[in-house]
Amino acid sequence: MQALVVAAHGSHLNPDASDPTYAHAETVRETGAFDEVRETFWKEEPHFREVIRTLESEEIFVVPLFISEGYFTEQVIPRELRLEGWDPEQWDSDGTSATEVTLEVGDAEKTVHYCGPVGTHDAMTDVIVQRAETVTGDPEVSEGVGLAVVGHGTDRNENSAKAIEYHTERIRKRDRFDAVQALYMDEAPEVDDVTEYFETDDIVVVPLFIADGYHTQEDIPEDMGLTPDYRLGWDVPSEVDGHRIWYAGAVGTEALLADVLLERASDAGATLGDALERVRQETMQGDAGPSESNSSHAQTNGKPVTDS
Amino acid sequence: MTALETAVDALLERAEDNSVTFDGLRLGSDGDAYTLSTPTIERDGLEADALRDVLTGLDDLEPYVRNWYHWQVRVGAKGTARRAFLRWCERAPLSADEMQVADPVDESPTLPKRNAALETGIDREWGQLAITARFLDTTEPTGERVYDCWHVEDADTALEALEVYDEPSDAREIATNDEDGRYRPLKTAPTLRSGWAFTGLSGRELVDTIGFIYPATIANWHREQRGNLDVDHWVDTAERQTGIYDVIDDLPREAVDWLAEACCVDSQCLRRREWEYEAGDDLEPAGGDGPFPCREPCSLVVAAARKWAILESETEKTYELELTTSEYNQLADLIDAVADGRVDDIREADVNDGANRYRARYLRAKRFDDEGGLDARERSE
Repeated sequence: MQALVVAAHGSHLNPDASDPTYAHAETVRETGAFDEVRETFWKEEPHFREVIRTLESEEIFVVPLFISEGYFTEQVIPRELRLEGWDPEQWDSDGTSATEVTLEVGDAEKTVHYCGPVGTHDAMTDVIVQRAETVTGDPEVSEGVGLAVVGHGTDRNENSAKAIEYHTERIRKRDRFDAVQALYMDEAPEVDDVTEYFETDDIVVVPLFIADGYHTQEDIPEDMGLTPDYRLGWDVPSEVDGHRIWYAGAVGTEALLADVLLERASDAGATLGDALERVRQETMQGDAGPSESNSSHAQTNGKPVTDS
Repeated sequence: MTALETAVDALLERAEDNSVTFDGLRLGSDGDAYTLSTPTIERDGLEADALRDVLTGLDDLEPYVRNWYHWQVRVGAKGTARRAFLRWCERAPLSADEMQVADPVDESPTLPKRNAALETGIDREWGQLAITARFLDTTEPTGERVYDCWHVEDADTALEALEVYDEPSDAREIATNDEDGRYRPLKTAPTLRSGWAFTGLSGRELVDTIGFIYPATIANWHREQRGNLDVDHWVDTAERQTGIYDVIDDLPREAVDWLAEACCVDSQCLRRREWEYEAGDDLEPAGGDGPFPCREPCSLVVAAARKWAILESETEKTYELELTTSEYNQLADLIDAVADGRVDDIREADVNDGANRYRARYLRAKRFDDEGGLDARERSE
């Protein structure tokens, strides 16, 4: 028997924070590739601390639903899961290359395959591009369009920016969009100046965040000038400094992210049958997304709302 | 092949290798002949064919065979929390590896009695959940069980008046918000909303459904039953925290008592606190009577403890302020009403209650200064 555990942050204050986790886990659950699929959280239940004991499977694949390697993936999750003998060095990662470590756990007789986060997997690049397609409603979106990949950015964790740079560079190499630029909230180049980095009329902005919340639904839209007050909402696209900004909201709400969970588990040795193909087929249809969000800005979550 | 014949085949196959002892049914072999017994039937010296005839032909044996087939073949899962929980649901005896000590209060009924009860349904409560275990089919019995699950408050509500579900993952939606639409970050808060029902769940689906409503409660209950619940006391939990929660081990000893009194009592959580300050140093408040064991401070307690650790680092000061005796008492009424969550229950015109909204607004109008704070002077030493 094998189980998939999706480990995410969750929230004590906002139920929407865990919506993408449940939605992607459900997509994987429906494939039947795993005997058990379980969501677990730092701030919700089941807590990381108790999740392993809720499973009957002996082989457990843990995939952190986090954007970058860092404090949560290297310290909090392994500590709370009681991964015996864990050391971040075992990932032998440069900050974006963690794959898998196989360890025992302290509270059950189980083998845990602890995987790198979804955010740094190569398949995440496709999710960002897919997000651009979803938000513009154009599967061919590319020509005359610039793509901004937005990260939090922080002085405290250099890996945070590495994940953004990594995917930006990979998309740039595909030569699909007219320009691809990494932007940040808390460091330069800043998302506030988004229009300065593009000559194209159309700019798609994809925040590399797991869930929609304070940053993606309040800070970033206001910083970019999409709206003077997030509570008023904004249009997709919005007109800013003569550019049309297609603001995508958190990439983590894109249905295709379920594919990355499977890729991570597969890389770590999980037996998936044809689950990967099925999930990819289903989640690339565009509208099969985890549209559970009850955000008051639902009009901005994926589906474009044009000026009329 | 009938359902009974399938079950008999499986039983005979098992009995070829091992003797069977299960829920009153005993089947042994000395190599040539079989011995069969239940509390009311005893046969020995049976050859294979004769044994088959007895097993398929004796009405009194049928329930034992079907019961064996259900648990040992359909459910299987020996040693798992799922199996132990499903046994508990129908008051079946738990085996030695499922339970450390037999609970004398909870003596299991005999199999015929259990079977009769399963015809109409056996009811159990799990926190605010009512669970019914019953036979899937009573006209052509196979021994297969299904489960219904709803809110205890809906015990007397007709199914037609409830929203009926059969997908375990729908339970997450139910557990997310309370009756007033407010988010429930603590799944074991006694605020589960009513008005819904799951019907006809398989055992696995029932366990999954409960997993969404009360995560990890079955696993920890199972550990407690077996006497191996791992408890992490306050000091262990506080000391392993890092990042912004690193400060919680600074919380004074007595403040941890106040924390437990504030958060970890029956009115706030269905879990029964098993953790103490540290081994051999119990907290002052009682752990409560909740049905689920709580094995360590939860993430809500840790987050709140951070706030209190910061607040407790402040120095106490003495303030002077003017209040009438009634106004002073009113402050206590206000704190008490908020702490007990009864603010919304105070009637609008009940100005006798110190926490009445108009009373509070009057006090604010009279005693607050221009900055919107209580008008007081800090007394110098």
